[in-house]
Amino acid sequence: MTPCRVNVKRWQAEMIHSLFVINHLGDIFLEKHWKSVISRSVCDYFFEAREKAVDPENVPPVLQTPHHYLISIYRGKLFFLSVIQTEVPPLFVIEFLHRVADTFQDYFGECSESVISDNVVIVYELLEEMLDNGFPLATESNVLKEMIRPPNILRSVVNTLTGGSNVGETLPQGQLSNIPWRRAGVKYTNNEAYFDVTEEIDAIVDKSGTTVSAEIQGVIEACVKLSGMPDLTMSFMNPRLLDDVSFHPCVRFRRWESERVLSFIPPDGNFTLMTYHISSQNLVAIPVYVKQSISFFEAGSCGRLDITIGPKQTMGKTVEDLKVTVHMPKAVLNANLTASQGNYTYDFTTKLLVWDIGKLNPQKLPNLRGSLSMQTGVPNPEENPSLNIDLKIQQLAISGLKVSRLDMYGETYKPFKGVKYVTKAGKFQVRT
Amino acid sequence: MTAMQKLLQLPVNAVNMVKTVQSQVQGQEEDKSPVLTPDSGQQAWYSALQPDELRHLRSGGTGGGGGGDQEERAPLEEGGGGGGGGFQTQPLRHDDLKEMLDSNKDSLKLEAMKRIVAMIARGKNASDLFPAVVKNVACKNIEVKKLVYVYLVRYAEEQQDLALLSISTFQRGLKDPNQLIRASALRVLSSIRVTIIVPIMMLAIKEAASDMSPYVRKTAAHAIPKLYSLDPEQKDQLIEVIEKLLADKTTLVAGSVVMAFEEVCPERIDLIHKNYRKLCNLLIDVEEWGQVVIINMLTRYARTQFLNPNINESLLEEGGSGDKTFYGSDEDEDEDEEEKEKKAEAAAMAKRKPYVMDPDHRLLLRNTKPLLQSRNAAVVMAVAQLYFHLAPKAEVGVIAKALVRLLRSHSEVQYVVLQNVATMSIKRRGMFEPYLKSFYIRSTDPTQIKVLKLEVLTNLANETNISTILREFQTYIKSMDKDFVAATIQAIGRCATNISEVRDTCLNGLVQLLSNRDELVVAESVVVIKKLLQMQPEKHSDIIKHMAKLTDNIQVPMARASILWLIGEYCEHVPKIAPDVLRKMAKSFTNEEDIVKLQIINLAAKLYLTNSKQTKLLTQYVLNLAKYDQNYDIRDRARFIRQLIVPTEKSGALSKYAKKLFLALKPAPVLESPFKDRDHFQLGSLSHLLNAKAGGYQELPDWPEAAPDPSVRNVEVPEWTKCSSREKRKEKKVEKPFYTDSEGESGPTESADSESDSASGSESSSGSEESGSGSESEESKEASESEEEEEEEEEEQKKKKKKDLKKPVQESESEQSSEEEERKHQRKSKPRKSESESESDEDEESESESSQSESEDSESEAEVKKKKKTAESKPPPKPLKKESKKEKKEMSLLDLDDFEPAPSPQVTPVNTFLSNSLVTDLEGLSLSDSVLSPATIAPSSALKSYELLHRITGEGLSVEYCFSRQPFSPDANMVAVQMQFTNSASSDTKNLHIEDVKLQSGMRVKEFPEIELLPAGETATAVMGIDFCDSTQAANFQLCTHTRKFFVSIQPPVGELMRPVFLTENEFKKEQGQLMGMNEITEKLTLDVKCRNEHAIVQRVTTAANLSRVPCGSDKECSPPVPPPDYPVHRFAGRTVTSGSLVLVTVATKEEGAAQLTVNCEKMVIGTMLVKDILQALTQ
Repeated sequence: MTPCRVNVKRWQAEMIHSLFVINHLGDIFLEKHWKSVISRSVCDYFFEAREKAVDPENVPPVLQTPHHYLISIYRGKLFFLSVIQTEVPPLFVIEFLHRVADTFQDYFGECSESVISDNVVIVYELLEEMLDNGFPLATESNVLKEMIRPPNILRSVVNTLTGGSNVGETLPQGQLSNIPWRRAGVKYTNNEAYFDVTEEIDAIVDKSGTTVSAEIQGVIEACVKLSGMPDLTMSFMNPRLLDDVSFHPCVRFRRWESERVLSFIPPDGNFTLMTYHISSQNLVAIPVYVKQSISFFEAGSCGRLDITIGPKQTMGKTVEDLKVTVHMPKAVLNANLTASQGNYTYDFTTKLLVWDIGKLNPQKLPNLRGSLSMQTGVPNPEENPSLNIDLKIQQLAISGLKVSRLDMYGETYKPFKGVKYVTKAGKFQVRT
Repeated sequence: MTAMQKLLQLPVNAVNMVKTVQSQVQGQEEDKSPVLTPDSGQQAWYSALQPDELRHLRSGGTGGGGGGDQEERAPLEEGGGGGGGGFQTQPLRHDDLKEMLDSNKDSLKLEAMKRIVAMIARGKNASDLFPAVVKNVACKNIEVKKLVYVYLVRYAEEQQDLALLSISTFQRGLKDPNQLIRASALRVLSSIRVTIIVPIMMLAIKEAASDMSPYVRKTAAHAIPKLYSLDPEQKDQLIEVIEKLLADKTTLVAGSVVMAFEEVCPERIDLIHKNYRKLCNLLIDVEEWGQVVIINMLTRYARTQFLNPNINESLLEEGGSGDKTFYGSDEDEDEDEEEKEKKAEAAAMAKRKPYVMDPDHRLLLRNTKPLLQSRNAAVVMAVAQLYFHLAPKAEVGVIAKALVRLLRSHSEVQYVVLQNVATMSIKRRGMFEPYLKSFYIRSTDPTQIKVLKLEVLTNLANETNISTILREFQTYIKSMDKDFVAATIQAIGRCATNISEVRDTCLNGLVQLLSNRDELVVAESVVVIKKLLQMQPEKHSDIIKHMAKLTDNIQVPMARASILWLIGEYCEHVPKIAPDVLRKMAKSFTNEEDIVKLQIINLAAKLYLTNSKQTKLLTQYVLNLAKYDQNYDIRDRARFIRQLIVPTEKSGALSKYAKKLFLALKPAPVLESPFKDRDHFQLGSLSHLLNAKAGGYQELPDWPEAAPDPSVRNVEVPEWTKCSSREKRKEKKVEKPFYTDSEGESGPTESADSESDSASGSESSSGSEESGSGSESEESKEASESEEEEEEEEEEQKKKKKKDLKKPVQESESEQSSEEEERKHQRKSKPRKSESESESDEDEESESESSQSESEDSESEAEVKKKKKTAESKPPPKPLKKESKKEKKEMSLLDLDDFEPAPSPQVTPVNTFLSNSLVTDLEGLSLSDSVLSPATIAPSSALKSYELLHRITGEGLSVEYCFSRQPFSPDANMVAVQMQFTNSASSDTKNLHIEDVKLQSGMRVKEFPEIELLPAGETATAVMGIDFCDSTQAANFQLCTHTRKFFVSIQPPVGELMRPVFLTENEFKKEQGQLMGMNEITEKLTLDVKCRNEHAIVQRVTTAANLSRVPCGSDKECSPPVPPPDYPVHRFAGRTVTSGSLVLVTVATKEEGAAQLTVNCEKMVIGTMLVKDILQALTQ
């Protein structure tokens, strides 16, 4: 009955044919077809793979079925599953699905089943706008927001009273301007531009404390609320630090290439201006060191654990929000520990030991020690679990990157400008 | 059909029409649903408030049976009435919704439509509401209309006749003055999959393709594939439309029309010719999704139109420019290209077949490169595959960095990228080698990512990095994730086969794994060891013995079978053990798995042939057991083998060859990557990922033997064809979207061409930079100094004696040199001193901090290097030593501890401090050690001072200024200018201050605080800061006193626009390597006779420019002495004050005063000017 079958021979191409949104229980609670309807039975192949993978993260993102290809992403405990019939770059679809999830996040504050179900009409309208005949049409949040207004409590109250709607009354201009990411006629009484430079340290530190690999991933998030069409130029004290960068489409590549400045007309509101990478070729400062010993004894079926954390290269700043997460081996039943600072929890179902330390005091190093009780009769785990470290350092970009100045052209008012730096631990792992 | 068409084309008043239809429809409905009561208004409201599931007893049966799994829940809950799986027999109860749709209130309609859309979203059938919904298509309310459109698109196919009723509304919409309404009408019209309206759609598309609004044209492009799928007969007409739209010059349309092209007529490559250059140039401004499609299409196009750039691969490689593109920054690109083209030409001279890259080919490569910086992973991947398939080998390297960046993204993106990297890393291993560490595995990675990373690591392994990789593997072996461990063992096996140097190490490591507790690990190791042993069995009889012992313990059939096979195959090496193993196996034969049984028979046969004395009976016994086995394969095998090996009358000729049959030399297996040869699929494609051709996959054509005529791409408009003007256009293009009006209605005309970017500040400033460069020699007059100053000077001289003593050469020279020479010397040392002083301000601190960390970097870099060296220099572990060690260590799999690096400097905090202080020490050496407070600095004695205002023009007031080379504390980006005011008039001067500053854009001035009173005959000094924006533009301003105003200007020599930075020689070389090409200026010179010694050179250079000397000699022993030691190389480093761009100066001396001056600077203008200045300083 579905006409797509008839067309199969001709490989009737559209990039994304259908979308199914599936929750963690395996219920399909939303479907959208951009062309003819494809039966949801196609998802059975996916459920099969999902079963096999055990972990939702291990479901292959691309699956082949007799007549279709399924490309899926896993976001916020939801699977976004798209049905493809013909050759298409898989990243194209994956990237688009993530953009869909991002848009939901942007609109509703989170991307979860309940939120999608509650706003199903807006979701549907969004999907309709984002994709035309399976090809992306409008994916810029600024453009979408002009066409379909995000819900907020006040408006939804007003809407129910007046029968108003969340569709824009005025016709959007965004698509029509040559700057697809910014609408015309923005007005603010307070003109301000804030930039958050966040750097994450990805590192693997081995047992002896040697850094196996370390790199810095940075991102500059912007919140720009400026009237009119401001043309901003941001320059850095030390742009040579940046090993690799990627930009929001608004940034002029050529200016960057020739002058190492970011020149752009910003989108209105929040956006990611650029992400950058400082590679392992440069030496990365590791803010903390970890002394640990975890051992399991054959006799008595118990283990010992002793972890101490101290500051290493903190550039004189305080390390905050320090947290250690350990995935214990299955055989560990319980943990009986004492923490000199902060609290620890051990979840024996997930085998997750979390030690929440808080601020790192260099005078009195936080320590966690005690015994682990093990399942009897089970051989000792061979591998010691690795420690995942979380931390935060305010007012510091660990790479040393600094924004030297921000200039605005094109408008006459004086904007308020601010830059904030934060360093965090990204995938920071200590092997034991 | 014709009747319907007529009806549709009539300019009917839609409302009337809909009304008549409405009555019709209602009539039908009433027949169907007897429940409908006219006065049920309130009731409808009530029921409308219930959850809508209650009203839809039937779930969406559209797709046919299979789908009913979980989602069926809701309908089933409310039970039996619905007649679950059966065909639709009962009318549905959507009466309340119909009621609402029929009402006059928009709010009710809206509510109803929202519920209907919610039903559709959940996959429930709402098709019976079609008549009620379709008449709302003309509704004035935009929101209702929109939702009706959603509904229509979904169900029009099923209810074609009714859907036709809506067509006229859309047709009117197509004529609407508002472009958005036109566009959305076309969108919906083309989405209604009803064959009957094909002609209408065709007409609408054609019209929209020449619409004024680019947005409507974009929609037209989107509609093309829709129509094509509906009716492929229309292809020819559609191609015409595509051709027309391809010629469109707006970025909005480009992506969509190429998408249409790809779907309708990808084979019509000829349509692209005329648009090729335009597409290349527009590319950067097209929206992300369009970029992907265009890049993929252009990849295919280029493969048909250009020649393989790697034809002369070998010759090009001799040029050895491979590394350069790796590290070279983007700016060198142009230069590189030229170079490469030159090289290619040179190569071509040597070879008969010359290869010169088509400029259009180059255009494509150049214009896609910046897109590697896109935030969209799909775009990055598209460019990466384009480079992989099209770029000269030496240039492909640039994509590695971007791909590695994507590894930080979502795990799905990682998965796809890693697959592609795995394929690329086989062909171009060198490309990813620098990023080896980015592929290290974390315990938190999902297994599928781990396995892919492992694949890449294995592909990247070579002689130099294998020790590092194996050490990593050693960690992985201990993982809790057993699938991953198995994959790691396989990977070790592959490394061992590929790299003979580590084969023994790997083998030993794997043998140790045989005592692992986990059976899977053991089994996997056995299988891999078996493969490895096949390569050189004679050496490893003890491993085979060891494995023979394992048969008692290992239960995994595959592993047992592998061991037995090994023993059988190499029974000659273990003549004593083999029969014993057979004996044991014979005992347990009946309990073994089938594959093990087969190998037991195999072993028996082999032993019988080599050692029949001992094993004859055993073999007989085994064969007898096998004869009665349940499995017919085993019975057959036994029979077959018996006939072969036991000579009887019947067996005849064949048994003579039994030995040859069984004990033939078997070729060692080749362990290959599963990604080998995957690159015949276009990278980044679905087909590549699945390693199977997906439907609609367009093969990547092979390069043509001879290039097709390139002139087909020429366009009549002359400026397109000219290369130079193309460059300019491109520049404009980039700026274009920012400065054009947001109203794109003027679209189809070439707005880009007419546009001139007057607003761009950068360009104007850079232009003036150049113009300003000529006029600086005027200022280089030395001013006379007052007596006071000289006194001070003397004092200082005393202080500095120490320093002078260190440089006796200079001292002796100063005898013959003039007084001025001496002064110069002091001048040189002075700025350095002054630098160390001002530690008060924050900026300075931060700077020194950064320099510290920098030098720290360099230090540990050196460490790393040393480590590497030791690692490299050490021979692979000796087997003897290993034997003894093995026993001790718990799990030292690969026995790599010889390679264990010495603890790196940052392991403990103590070391950090050490290195910090070391750096400060170093800095202390290069700077002067005496500390003076800023106030006591003599204003301009040691520094070259310039006249700002002459005594005569200033009516008694004279002003001199000099560049104090101190950091300007209020703003680190400013150059400090120290001014000395001398009032030689008879009256006091009051209120000295600055006014009316005229600056080039970007420049800033921080005025000095007003000098309230300057009594007659007195002098006063003040410091002001000027941000010159790294240009030698003059800062013009008025100097005001209480009575007069003087127009003055300060123009900096280029050497003052920088501040010194501390670099080590290694760092310097590294940085220099990144500033090649256009950023490097080299000049030959003959040194002035007076400045042929080290000191004089250093002095003159540092006088000419505010740079610091790079200490050399410390690492001379590390690097081979490239310049002969007699002719030293002097290096100086600095950063420009505003942008912080590095300025690197190298003076390489040669015999008889010949020298070569090299300046590397990102800012070419500064570089050129600096060369001029230093040249002057050194030659005079």
